[in-house]
Amino acid sequence: MSVLAEKPAWRPRLRFRGSLVVATLLLGLFLLAAAAPGWLAPYDPLAFDMTAILKPPSGLHPFGTDNFGRDILSRLIWAAHIDLAIALCTTVFPVIFGTVVGALVGYYAGWLDALFGRIVDLVVTFPFLVIVITIVSVLGPGLFNMFIAVSAVGWVFYARLMRAEVMTQKQADYASAGRVLGYGELRIIFRHLLPNAIGSIIVYWMTDMALGILLGSSLGYLGLGAQAPTAEWGVLVADGKNFLNTGWWISFFPGIAIVLTGLGFSLLGDSIADRLRRGR
Amino acid sequence: MMLSSDAPLLEVTTLSKQFAVRRRFLEAARRRSSAVLRALESVSFAVRRGETLGVVGESGCGKSTLARCLVRLHEPDGGGIRFDGQDVLTLQGSGLRRYHRRVQMAFQDPYSSLNPRMTVGHALAEAIRFHDLRPPAQTLARVAELLELVGLPTTAAERYPREFSGGQRQRIGIARALAVEPDLLIADEIVSALDVSVQAQIINLLLDLQERLHLTILFIAHDLRVVRHLSHRVAVMYLGSIVEIGETEQLFARPRHPYTAALLAAAPEMDPGRRGTRDAISGELPSPFDIPTGCAFRTRCSRASDRCAAVRPTLAGAGGRMAACHHPLS
Amino acid sequence: MAAAAPLLSVSDLRVSIDAGGGSWMLVDGVSLQVGAGEVLGLVGESGSGKSLTLRSIVRLVRAPLRVAGEVRWRGANLLELPERQLNAIRGREIAVIFQEPMTALNPVLTVGEQIRESLRAHSGLDRPGCRKRAIELLDHVGIPAARARVDDYPHQFSGGMRQRAMIAIALAAEPKLLLADEPTTALDVTIQDQILKLILRLKAELGMSVVLVTHDLGVIAQSCDRVAVMYAGRVVEQAPVATLLREPRHAYTRGLLDSVPLAGHARRPLRPIGGAPPAPGERPAGCSFAPRCGYATEICQRTPPPLIAVAQEHLSACLHHARLAAEEVRS
Repeated sequence: MSVLAEKPAWRPRLRFRGSLVVATLLLGLFLLAAAAPGWLAPYDPLAFDMTAILKPPSGLHPFGTDNFGRDILSRLIWAAHIDLAIALCTTVFPVIFGTVVGALVGYYAGWLDALFGRIVDLVVTFPFLVIVITIVSVLGPGLFNMFIAVSAVGWVFYARLMRAEVMTQKQADYASAGRVLGYGELRIIFRHLLPNAIGSIIVYWMTDMALGILLGSSLGYLGLGAQAPTAEWGVLVADGKNFLNTGWWISFFPGIAIVLTGLGFSLLGDSIADRLRRGR
Repeated sequence: MMLSSDAPLLEVTTLSKQFAVRRRFLEAARRRSSAVLRALESVSFAVRRGETLGVVGESGCGKSTLARCLVRLHEPDGGGIRFDGQDVLTLQGSGLRRYHRRVQMAFQDPYSSLNPRMTVGHALAEAIRFHDLRPPAQTLARVAELLELVGLPTTAAERYPREFSGGQRQRIGIARALAVEPDLLIADEIVSALDVSVQAQIINLLLDLQERLHLTILFIAHDLRVVRHLSHRVAVMYLGSIVEIGETEQLFARPRHPYTAALLAAAPEMDPGRRGTRDAISGELPSPFDIPTGCAFRTRCSRASDRCAAVRPTLAGAGGRMAACHHPLS
Repeated sequence: MAAAAPLLSVSDLRVSIDAGGGSWMLVDGVSLQVGAGEVLGLVGESGSGKSLTLRSIVRLVRAPLRVAGEVRWRGANLLELPERQLNAIRGREIAVIFQEPMTALNPVLTVGEQIRESLRAHSGLDRPGCRKRAIELLDHVGIPAARARVDDYPHQFSGGMRQRAMIAIALAAEPKLLLADEPTTALDVTIQDQILKLILRLKAELGMSVVLVTHDLGVIAQSCDRVAVMYAGRVVEQAPVATLLREPRHAYTRGLLDSVPLAGHARRPLRPIGGAPPAPGERPAGCSFAPRCGYATEICQRTPPPLIAVAQEHLSACLHHARLAAEEVRS
């Protein structure tokens, strides 16, 4: 008994390659700045230079200087690792906790699902920013408290997503086959269903990291996020708010940095989504 | 091959299963008379060691539910299942795990029955390792053996299911079921989704495997020709009950239940010289939510009488040939 | 075929798609004729191109698929007709029914309304006339309590009833040709039997011709007059149904017939065709079936064999048709 040549694997063409390149570029710069600011930054970000106050972008100072003479570019580079920390710390707990809870809720459903549904209703009723600001106001301003606030509420969205994916996947025959082979339910949920459901979580995570940075920046702007002297991009934007006419570059370049990094994450998420979709 | 005349390997007694369905208010008020789907209604039969029992029926007959109850994917509401003398429904924990080693299932849909994110080798190895069937050093060799058993190249182990055709995926599904070395294989419509020529390959594979591994097979299908070809005995199901059961050739040559006769008449024959103009059977299949009282088939049966509406017929007969009918064809 | 000119004449139909850097022929030069009142079966497995062929006849095929060739219906080439004239023919003279009535029927319109659409477009009936005719049609196709059911939505019908409803809609304008794309594949066997017999009854009453696409040789045996076998986008054999089933002259047809379990040979291994059909982009240079063929020789791999007459009314694209004939005589 033999079977002749198998059906050859499809070789899909790599579309969206452009976006992956751009994403890699942007995020690469971001990571470089976060990892080696001392190497990259031309000036000491804390150094006052009273002879170069509010200088517009030039050869000496590509992004200009602020009202203390500090080089914007260097400040930007040195702030990058804070923003990276924000991106990661606002998402890590929600991803892990949300995935686990979502998977369990999706698989077991029943009263667990009913309870989860009420939690979701509660969280979704309030605008996310409002909740975060409220919690931070109670706990006190600062990045760490911001992480707590975001994590406490943010996991719900991941859980909801995971629940939906798991509910779909558990209908598939391979899940039944696992049970017929005697595999325990936890094994089936986490070793079989989860890898098939995790795709959309990853994609959501990428966008969420971009949103995390924005959130950090918004809170920073409001004075609730990173506290002086810690500088992250949102704080840098806030620093320039009194100089929008005389020194537009103080707010502008940090703002652009936020946008481009967010774009990088989004494009990366797109590429991953695309790849996962084709992999099916 | 010689069929064992010992006690049956699998014994099912008055197995029943129903599903409560939550309907929306309007639907409940309007059409359906009950919210309960009676999928299996007091089903009894036995399977002898080494034989292939074919189970045929159309939509809603309960054959898939039956299969799932046998592997404890569903918990029946009534009746009993005994495997090799042991009560299956009370098994838990390690006893249940041991049962899963002895009774396995291959599924209908080649596209959803394999985990897309696991290589073929990984899926097979997992089964072997989970049940501790081979020392770790020999797992890979066993995987290769299994692949060869179902007619796939050993290089298949490193590939993902999406790289295979429907027929090949069914082979992988069979290999996975055989990985635990079962005594009984339940084949739930495994060829229904395949092209004719691929179907034939899988049929041959099953015949070969049964011979080599002394498998007992419960073959569920809706294609009479295929069931006839593979089975020693056949059970015909209609709306949750077995209406007739017996040796294949006898059943096909001289059916006793009117539904069996209708099914045979309806199946398109390959001989263009024999074409009927009258419908083999009239009417539509009643909804499984609304199974007729007495004999479920009476609404479409030309032989139905008052007794058929009042009393539910049970399987009766002799010599291994039984039909559940008050007015069986002789 | 008989002396009368065929009603539908498909010549060198080609359907292709641009992919993988080139162009793939999904239907590769198919030619068929359908005479008045006959049922032509189009049989093949997945990927043979049979459904595409059927849909191309009435241009139900959209970009990126490209259709070329000629489809002659009553003198006009359907592939070149302006859209408006084609619409006049589609539905009125040529009707189509599909495999999945749930997707082919409009879920938000009642069955009666869908019949009325067809009648409004193709007949001169007024509103009450349309309704009366709709009820008649539903009754005619065997839907009980037609008067009540005419206002029901498709999801309120069971599978077999939906298929009947689809037939009623298709036949509302009394077409001369019915194209049926696997109309019974998704149905239970007893319902399949009913639907097939219904189609044949209606064909006789309306004097229609039918092109029936299916993968089931039994269905072909029970309902068709002539049959064309398709493989990898081409017609490989064409003959009256009894002849094809008794004396196939193409290795693929022979293989298909050998794959079907026959009574009397229970539990003996079948003789299936090994391997699988080639993907559209990977068809071999010569005969597409050669890699799987037990009769193939070197010349089979050079050029695709032409479809020629090997006996009266019997076409085959197999270079070894004579060997097949000889083997039959012996067996």
